[in-house]
Amino acid sequence: MGKIKVEVSYLPGVEDPEAITLTKNLRVLGYKTVKSVKISKVYEFDLAGKEGREQVHEIAKKLLCNEVIQDFHVKE
Amino acid sequence: MLLVMEGTNCEDEAFRSFSESGFDPKKVHVNELDHTALEDFDAVYLPGGFSAGDYVRAGSLFASRLMASKSAELARFIDEGKPVIGVCNGFQILAESGLIPDVSHHGKREVALASNISNRFECRLIYIRNVGRNRMLSEVAMDPTPVPVAHGEGRVVFSDKSIIEEMKQRGQILFAYSDPDGNTAGYPWNPNGSEENIAGMTNEEGNVIGLMPHPERLYYGYQLPYKLRSGKPTIGKQFFGAVHKYVMKVTA
Repeated sequence: MGKIKVEVSYLPGVEDPEAITLTKNLRVLGYKTVKSVKISKVYEFDLAGKEGREQVHEIAKKLLCNEVIQDFHVKE
Repeated sequence: MLLVMEGTNCEDEAFRSFSESGFDPKKVHVNELDHTALEDFDAVYLPGGFSAGDYVRAGSLFASRLMASKSAELARFIDEGKPVIGVCNGFQILAESGLIPDVSHHGKREVALASNISNRFECRLIYIRNVGRNRMLSEVAMDPTPVPVAHGEGRVVFSDKSIIEEMKQRGQILFAYSDPDGNTAGYPWNPNGSEENIAGMTNEEGNVIGLMPHPERLYYGYQLPYKLRSGKPTIGKQFFGAVHKYVMKVTA
């Protein structure tokens, strides 16, 4: 039993238009100290057994993350 | 076979385009895949839409369902030279499945359809022209041809720059965005910021085809704006007609 988190984010160098738009608008709003913003997505899994952890890695690799443009980190 | 699931929304136009071009299409829901034999069909078509709400990434859940159920059968189907075509969300599904461009022949994901550089959903008429050497679609869009696009995630991005070079050498880049005179140009002619202005691509054999624009949405001449009606066959007629001609040859 337990919870496990997977964070999926863009690889360095991959342009994220959402983050660029957010940064631009934050500057317009006066937050001049914001140099850039990185957006990532966190999936939290509630697992029934220990064997689930391996499955989460598999899910992250196969489905949650497209390694062409993204990377993932599993946080236990 | 028009493969659908919750969230696909271009299957009716595609059904009509296939019917008008001489096919006898059938819609199959992804839930029925385990009880459906691909060999009973001449072509597989993945329509546009927002399959499974486009959650996680556009097309990724549909791709997982498709490959979990039909990976081996689909590989055989492709080896036989039968067409597997994905339009818009269908293209995203093919890319997520690793079926396209498949330069390595290992079914790896080599391309991603990332968010449009404009950070907008681009829904309008654009132009494409044929830049490939595809035996099925060799006569489609030889001149700059108007076709609708409607997507938020259509920017072709590669895992490795060498893939583009390989694809160029093998003629796997099929359609490129252009201006009405056929010159490649940036936004707004290229609606998403795709590398090399890529609008559509194929596998090496040329029978797995993915494209972001929607030929099924422009089958009849009257679907074009009045000023663009030239009397030439529409992109839909050209595209689905060519697929039918090819299927007749392959299955003869």
